[in-house]
Amino acid sequence: MPGKLKVKIVAGRHLPVMDRASDLTDAFVEVKFGNTTFKTDVYLKSLNPQWNSEWFKFEVDDEDLQDEPLQITVLDHDTYSANDAIGKVYIDIDPLLYSEAATVISGWFPIYDTIHGIRGEINVVVKVDLFNDLNRFRQSSCGVKFFCTTSIPKCYRAVIIHGFVEELVVNEDPEYQWIDRIRTPRASNEARQRLISLMSGELQRKIGLKVLEMRGNAVVGYLQCFDLEGESGLVVRAIGTACTLDKLSSPAAFLPACNSPSKEMKEIPFNEDPNPNTHSSGPSTPLKNQTYSFSPSKSYSRQSSSSDTDLSLTPKTGMGSGSAGKEGGPFKALLRQQTQSALEQREFPFFTLTAFPPGFLVHVGGVVSARSVKLLDRIHNPAFVGIMGNTRSYKLLDWNSFNSDEPETRDAWWAEIRQEIKSHAKALGCHAVVGYSESTSICEEVCILSASGTAAVLNPRFLQDGTVEGCLEQRLEENLPAGCGFCHIPYDELNMPFPAHLTYCNNCRKQKVPDVLFTTIDLPVDATVIGKGCLIQARLCRLKKKAQAEANATAISNLLPFMEYEVHTQLMNKLKLKAMNALFGLRIQITVGENMLMGLASATGVYLAALPTPGGIQIAGKTPNDGSYEQHISHMQKKINDTIAKNKELYEINPPEISEEIIGSPIPEPRQRSRLLRSQSESSDEVTELDLSHGKKDAFVLEIDDTDAMEDVHSLLTDVPPPSGFYSCNTEIMPGINNWTSEIQMFTSVRVIRLSSLNLTNQALNKNFNDLCENLLKSLYFKLRSMIPCCLCHVNFTVSLPEDELIQVTVTAVAITFDKNQALQTTKTHAEKLLQRASTDNEELLQFPLELCSDSLPSHPFPPAKEHLESASSNSGIPAAQRAVTVEKASPMGEGNFRNRSAPPCANSTVGVVKMTPLSFIPGAKITKYLGIINMFFIRETTSLREEGGVSGFLHAFIAEVFAMVRAHVAALGGNAVVSYIMKQCVFMENPNKNQAQCLINVSGDAVVFVRESELEVVSTPQPAASCQPSCTGGEVTT
Amino acid sequence: MDCSLAGSSVHGDSRVSDAVALRVRSGILEQTGATAAVLQSDTMDHYRTFHMLERLLHAPPKLLHQLIFQIPPSRQALLIERYYAFDEAFVREVLGKKLSKGTKKDLDDISTKTGITLKSCRRQFDNFKRVFKVVEEMRGSLVDNIQQHFLLSDRLARDYAAIVFFANNRFETGKKKLQYLSFGDFAFCAELMIQNWTLGAVDSQVDDMDMDLDKEFLQDLKELKVLVADKDLLDLHKSLVCTALRGKLGVFSEMEANFKNLSRGLVNVAAKLTHNKDVRDLFVDLVEKFVEPCRSDHWPLNDVRLFLNQYSASVHSLDGFRHQALWDRYMGTLRGCLLRLYHD
Repeated sequence: MPGKLKVKIVAGRHLPVMDRASDLTDAFVEVKFGNTTFKTDVYLKSLNPQWNSEWFKFEVDDEDLQDEPLQITVLDHDTYSANDAIGKVYIDIDPLLYSEAATVISGWFPIYDTIHGIRGEINVVVKVDLFNDLNRFRQSSCGVKFFCTTSIPKCYRAVIIHGFVEELVVNEDPEYQWIDRIRTPRASNEARQRLISLMSGELQRKIGLKVLEMRGNAVVGYLQCFDLEGESGLVVRAIGTACTLDKLSSPAAFLPACNSPSKEMKEIPFNEDPNPNTHSSGPSTPLKNQTYSFSPSKSYSRQSSSSDTDLSLTPKTGMGSGSAGKEGGPFKALLRQQTQSALEQREFPFFTLTAFPPGFLVHVGGVVSARSVKLLDRIHNPAFVGIMGNTRSYKLLDWNSFNSDEPETRDAWWAEIRQEIKSHAKALGCHAVVGYSESTSICEEVCILSASGTAAVLNPRFLQDGTVEGCLEQRLEENLPAGCGFCHIPYDELNMPFPAHLTYCNNCRKQKVPDVLFTTIDLPVDATVIGKGCLIQARLCRLKKKAQAEANATAISNLLPFMEYEVHTQLMNKLKLKAMNALFGLRIQITVGENMLMGLASATGVYLAALPTPGGIQIAGKTPNDGSYEQHISHMQKKINDTIAKNKELYEINPPEISEEIIGSPIPEPRQRSRLLRSQSESSDEVTELDLSHGKKDAFVLEIDDTDAMEDVHSLLTDVPPPSGFYSCNTEIMPGINNWTSEIQMFTSVRVIRLSSLNLTNQALNKNFNDLCENLLKSLYFKLRSMIPCCLCHVNFTVSLPEDELIQVTVTAVAITFDKNQALQTTKTHAEKLLQRASTDNEELLQFPLELCSDSLPSHPFPPAKEHLESASSNSGIPAAQRAVTVEKASPMGEGNFRNRSAPPCANSTVGVVKMTPLSFIPGAKITKYLGIINMFFIRETTSLREEGGVSGFLHAFIAEVFAMVRAHVAALGGNAVVSYIMKQCVFMENPNKNQAQCLINVSGDAVVFVRESELEVVSTPQPAASCQPSCTGGEVTT
Repeated sequence: MDCSLAGSSVHGDSRVSDAVALRVRSGILEQTGATAAVLQSDTMDHYRTFHMLERLLHAPPKLLHQLIFQIPPSRQALLIERYYAFDEAFVREVLGKKLSKGTKKDLDDISTKTGITLKSCRRQFDNFKRVFKVVEEMRGSLVDNIQQHFLLSDRLARDYAAIVFFANNRFETGKKKLQYLSFGDFAFCAELMIQNWTLGAVDSQVDDMDMDLDKEFLQDLKELKVLVADKDLLDLHKSLVCTALRGKLGVFSEMEANFKNLSRGLVNVAAKLTHNKDVRDLFVDLVEKFVEPCRSDHWPLNDVRLFLNQYSASVHSLDGFRHQALWDRYMGTLRGCLLRLYHD
């Protein structure tokens, strides 16, 4: 019984009218945790009830604390009929379990209903008293910190980076249970939300255990995903990088001097990684049934099957919960001869990080990726066919009995893919994979699993303390000038894994470099870049026949290599067209739909000084002796050359001329070679390696031999650069710009288009898709025109094909302004030309009809939050006066400690606005504290789609609500920003005939406290608390 | 958020297509190199956002506390101000009318007459009604109440106070004779009347203090009748005024000739105010009995001012007249109103 959870319901406001007669509401609140429920009194006839309840106390295991969400339901009391639910709030109490994060969650939370959306707000205070865990067999992992950020968090130092952790849990999807036929959509949505919340809690706890096992204390680059497999269940999986982090002591100045007494209660030895309690607990530790059983028995009282499944599961869970055993193995027997690095000992030397401490990255080999097509309802792994085969169709009744096997299957799938990635990396002479990520695309029963990363050679210094210091002979290169080391090839020149063209590094002239470099990571800080970068996208659609099951899977896996090839070609051509030679942050997404496959690759192109200058693109025709044709060709060639020249100017790529003698190696004409190694495997063991280097043909020459190729060239040329003053990239920051100002604005935009199903061709489809993406970008530029000059960073496109003729594209990005003056110096000369260009582009674009955009939805732009202090003081008289009153009352709070700890004094003044950004940092500000991970899942359903403004109105409102809830949670934790925010899933389904729609959104990020650099000096003097934050005032007056 | 759009879309003044056309005309496409489709979808976005905001704007304090949108305070104020802004032409049509369903039905006519879109008319009408409902039963200063509950600027809150006051007392403003008057004229009068003639003017602790006219005061006004009923008093009053103004007035002879008529008019207006019906016709009467006669004789405004000043002041010298305080309360306000109403 190591924890006591205390909850207090303070008040509500803006509740909806539930009683039409009186236009009022008789509200009360149910507080539920685990199986315990408390209720407040009914507060009669008010839309702003003041319950001011006692402290509800839950005495719970810390496993439960990690797994379960706190569930708060607001209801309207009805004497005669059943009480009507107004809505719910789920609070993840995980952040309260770290010793140095928040100690209290307190604030106004939007009351959310899956049918009606947000209906009022409720003020809640949550605290946890955690007792020191003396149980040596504990299954909880309280104290392990999680970060979505894919770099070492700003106020920490990485002592050791341990490596890859992964886990997945499986459950049946409540939406597909038999009971769903009789229960209301609301009940079913809520069951789903609760289940996913529970599963992600469990997942996080299990990952935490693995981290403790590896003697780490944190997970960085934590990426959790849901696979909605429909009938076959719900998979929640996560990957991350285990680290041992040390908090940097510098920001201590901002923390109040007095430590709260409650802090000692939950002090867990944290920074000293060897936690004696955890070492001894291996994966084989006997477990308690209750906690290890899969959730349905807990969350739904399905008495019939739950009791025995609990028991039957227990012995298997150690295995079933994923590769705990495998990963436990830094000590696993090793047969390899090369004891090169500690990495080799790991099963998967993968890192989800995309940015690294200086010196960590030694060489980068190139992108490695693997895809695999799987059938969901028939498990390919023969070992399980026997078990699955007979029960599959009746799983509604007894899915539990083989549920325990399922994670194993999914694990086997992923293990397979990871193995493949690893072998690719090895082929590139690398022992590790960085910037690693995994994704799935599911359509009906076919699922494409993808994994990609960047093969790399790492510096072992960070990996395992002391043990393998400096064993690598190649480490000598550390002495080389910074900025080019990572470009040098890690593989053997004579024994290259694929045909590539090597030259001497332009920077140091000593080592060989490839002519093009593709990576999935962010640009290393020390890399020397010439000019600016830009967003490069390859977009592709391929039609596919509708088919069932296996035939479908086969068709898809036959198509995949072609898609990969084409995506790659497009990327390469566009890169050349931009006169650049490297791609960073490459993300290739292949989405499967009923009748098509879509590929979308985004990356940021840059010109690396170390790599050779890219050559141009030449066009060759197949039919000689045709005068007009020749002419046409030469016209095109000219256009392409012009574009390259223009791009060079636009992105300021003026590489220094290299004297001839230095370029010793023969480069008559530079040739493009692929850095990509991929493979598809349809089932378990068939691995096809694809040579993407265009065979013997010189890739620079585009041959126009049919209309297809013509289209390709056209599409190359029609790609429009952003309007002047805008830059875009999909990495964290724009290479080549570093004078950021503090104005940022994040936005999410979802666009759904319906294709006319009639005679779609690949070309038409490609064009539609291309236009869709281009238009999305254009509308973003348009919206952000007031921020010029600015850069769209972290542009993240997600494509999904929810239905037959529906394409849904979701974009999240952040616009950051940069200092005009400094930028002007460099762009001034081009300004005039840019303007002209913009207008001509415009003409070109108008040719494209937009008949297909049936519905477009868009972004919820945040008003750019400027200086909060200023804005707060500029309030008009009356509201300011009101606020001042509440703040005054709030100040003599009993629990001085929590006030101090939850929100440092400096934050008090700024906490009103919660910023959201997909970046891991906030320009012009310093992150002083990480408060914990935000991981939320929402479902919204409507049966009156038209009335709510159609698809656009519905999605728009929903996204705004999701943002509101995220902000409320962050504010309640005492934070003022979410960094590394990501909308991981946005699944939209529509039934226009029934006027219905449903949308699922999963978002995550890190809640933080930041302080503006400009405010840092002022911090020591207490600010007049003119907080415009609605949350922390009213509630605490009453405590 | 685009502020230039905030106005039109919050107003609901135009359809999306109109707003797009408007923006196209502003040359935004040329400036930014955007396509029409982009503009269209961008405009739609704004409309959707504002549609969501509209609910909150119905109770502006909610906008302050809501969590769905993060809007800087200055922007919030702007939104509220724009949403509660109204058209002069529209307000003139409904000023003094009961803010009921019946009036709402006439909005299409008003819309065709004024050229303001029906949607916008509805919004403005609903705003008036909403404000009316909220402050109707409240104590304290009308303007303060409006400001507090709708977070309006001082200027706008005063205008709303006038609208509410007119609606409550149902002053007739629509007659043809009154067409030359602007909303500003009426608002000015309303403010004077609220300050001097309502319950709140004597006792600041009454319900409806600023909304209803002081009934007792209106009853007492009957007493003023003696000024015109008593022939001696009337003559004395006239001679006092004439002596004082001789040589100062360009229209002295006209004034002298008309004095009795004018005085009778003004005093009778006062005496009639006991009846609700006549209260409603206050402005009609004032224009008929005073403004029009003077105007037909081409009195300059300054002469009107001199006359009214002298006319009110001279009463103090009438020994037989006992209701000096009452007269001041009446005439002080009326003088202000008349001067404002006196123009072409």
